[in-house]
Amino acid sequence: MSGILVVQEARKDGNTRAFQETLAAGRVLAGYTGLEIEAAGVGDSNSNLFAEFIGPPPAAAHAIEHPLLSRYTSDGYVLAFEQLIRKLQPAYAVFPHSYQARDFVPRLATRFSQALISDVTAIESGPAFVRQLFQGKMNAVYRHPGGGPCFVSIQSGAFRPDGTSGGVTTIDHFTPEIDAAQIRTRPGDPFRASAQTVDLGSAQRIVGVGRGIKDAANLPLVQDLASALGAELAASRPICDNGWLPMERQVGSSGQTVAPKLYVAAGISGAIQHLVGIKGSQCIVAINKDRDAPIFEVADYGIAGDLFEVLPALTAAVKKAK
Amino acid sequence: MTDMKIIVAIKQVPERDAPLRIDSAAQWIGESGLRYAMNEPDAYALEEALRLKESAGTEGEVVAVSAGPERVGTTLREALAKGADRAIHIVCGDLASRDALAVARLLAAAIQPENPSLVLTGLQSEDLGQGQTGVILAELLGLPHASLIVQAEMTATGLKVKRELEEGWFQFIELPAPAVLTIQSGGNKLRYATLMGIKRAKTKPVRTLAAADLGLASAPAVILDQVTLPQKQKSTQMLSGSAEEAAAALVEKLKFEAKVL
Ligand SMILES: Cc1cc2nc3c(=O)[nH]c(=O)nc-3n(C[C@H](O)[C@H](O)[C@H](O)COP(=O)(O)OP(=O)(O)OC[C@H]3O[C@@H](n4cnc5c(N)ncnc54)[C@H](O)[C@@H]3O)c2cc1C
Repeated sequence: MSGILVVQEARKDGNTRAFQETLAAGRVLAGYTGLEIEAAGVGDSNSNLFAEFIGPPPAAAHAIEHPLLSRYTSDGYVLAFEQLIRKLQPAYAVFPHSYQARDFVPRLATRFSQALISDVTAIESGPAFVRQLFQGKMNAVYRHPGGGPCFVSIQSGAFRPDGTSGGVTTIDHFTPEIDAAQIRTRPGDPFRASAQTVDLGSAQRIVGVGRGIKDAANLPLVQDLASALGAELAASRPICDNGWLPMERQVGSSGQTVAPKLYVAAGISGAIQHLVGIKGSQCIVAINKDRDAPIFEVADYGIAGDLFEVLPALTAAVKKAK
Repeated sequence: MTDMKIIVAIKQVPERDAPLRIDSAAQWIGESGLRYAMNEPDAYALEEALRLKESAGTEGEVVAVSAGPERVGTTLREALAKGADRAIHIVCGDLASRDALAVARLLAAAIQPENPSLVLTGLQSEDLGQGQTGVILAELLGLPHASLIVQAEMTATGLKVKRELEEGWFQFIELPAPAVLTIQSGGNKLRYATLMGIKRAKTKPVRTLAAADLGLASAPAVILDQVTLPQKQKSTQMLSGSAEEAAAALVEKLKFEAKVL
């Protein structure tokens, strides 16, 4: 095909948002290369794997079917996609940068002596692929020298699916050769860690605290602000990793997704895994001593300063305004 | 059971709060004057390795491996001070210009002859953040892998690991050993090096290997062309003045402009 293969993560219930975004990225790439887009995903023929496309549909879609793929395993997916890619010979294979893709695409790319360009945020002419370095403090522009498929994964939220939906495409069924002995891992059923006692998802105001707080002993500073604002307390991952706040207060890709009217980020740098959890907030305030911290990229209001001075002052000002 | 040998691949990265600037060729950051530390997810991988060895109770070994220039030696000493038994330093001055596959090839060449029972890495580095080294390493070593692991335990048949999924979900995975695991932060509390540990580390063996001796460099699969500063997407209103002035101005804005108070 020598085109662009856009990959759908296995789901039984139609196209995911991640797929629509990956498809949108594929279209940007198609714009620069003039190549045609096809889609691929694992799913049985009765599932509506490629139910609806936002924007123009791909030229064709490949449903990868095999009983040994009913549960995700890296070994199974590597074998299946390796065979499909050898058959189709796309110039580009584009994936969502999901936990699943992180788990198997680097291994898949290695089979082709390629290296995945992971977590891409923009595609420019060339084509050139932009991704973040240093947790968002810098960007890097990558190129693929050609020869063999170029593997790319797309950051969640980076490309916007646009256009009318409803287009359909022809679905081709592909059955890879997989032997049960080739699958070495035995995955169990997904489960949630603990009973959720706080529902950050419906909170109207949230104060999020990050590693800038330095020590658990300093947490009263954010607790005071939260109670003055009538806000829930939330945290970035390192705060919960350290056991300073319970995991159910963690916001981000591996924690909760929130959409308050007001989110105050205190001492949080703004790594993408945190940002995906707060991007539905109506108003974001950032307090950070580093003026170049990526959190200011998404904040409506910012105070570049030491949170040990700013938080008490802010708590006092909020109380005064009541 | 034979003695357990766990290899931990560790990267040295700029300290989190280090001020970064782009180098003159705009292909990496300026390294002079920078301070370095152990990549945090790798510190969790080391912690998991030390715990697995301790809980096995048999004679075992934890070996720290790192590729990089001479300064990487301090991070390897830190791993030894925390309890690793020995270290392998792959001396390589041009790590930043090698792609993930090339770096994993170096590591694989150093690890293969060790015949490990288990290989651990952090799930990603804090500098490049590609999140691939461990998974590629598994493919190059011909071993099964599991990624984003927060807990691991040896069983009669191999390993049982707890894998983090998105949005607060988890799953258990069983896999045979030897295997490669990439470790996510938070599964354990990190230990500090004790004074005794630091003293002992000085006498523990560190073997150096030259990158050039670990196989021929191959053509790059991808090329880091340019490092740039992110473009601001959003116009953030920055509130200045003293802490009190900024706080008062912010409350005004939140009340009357954003109307969220
Ligand atoms: C697969 C995966 C999933 C993840 N899931 C999540 C998730 O769900 N949620 C999450 O949050 N993270 C998650 N992470 C981690 C994420 O990548 C970042 O490491 C984390 O968000 C950083 O937390 P932080 O901003 O608190 O710490 P840091 O990045 O260390 O930032 C601390 C900030 O505090 C500032 N600061 C320091 N001192 C002061 C002071 N005195 N006054 C003001 N500011 C100060 C610093 O300038 C810095 O910007 C995940 C990572 C991975 C790889």
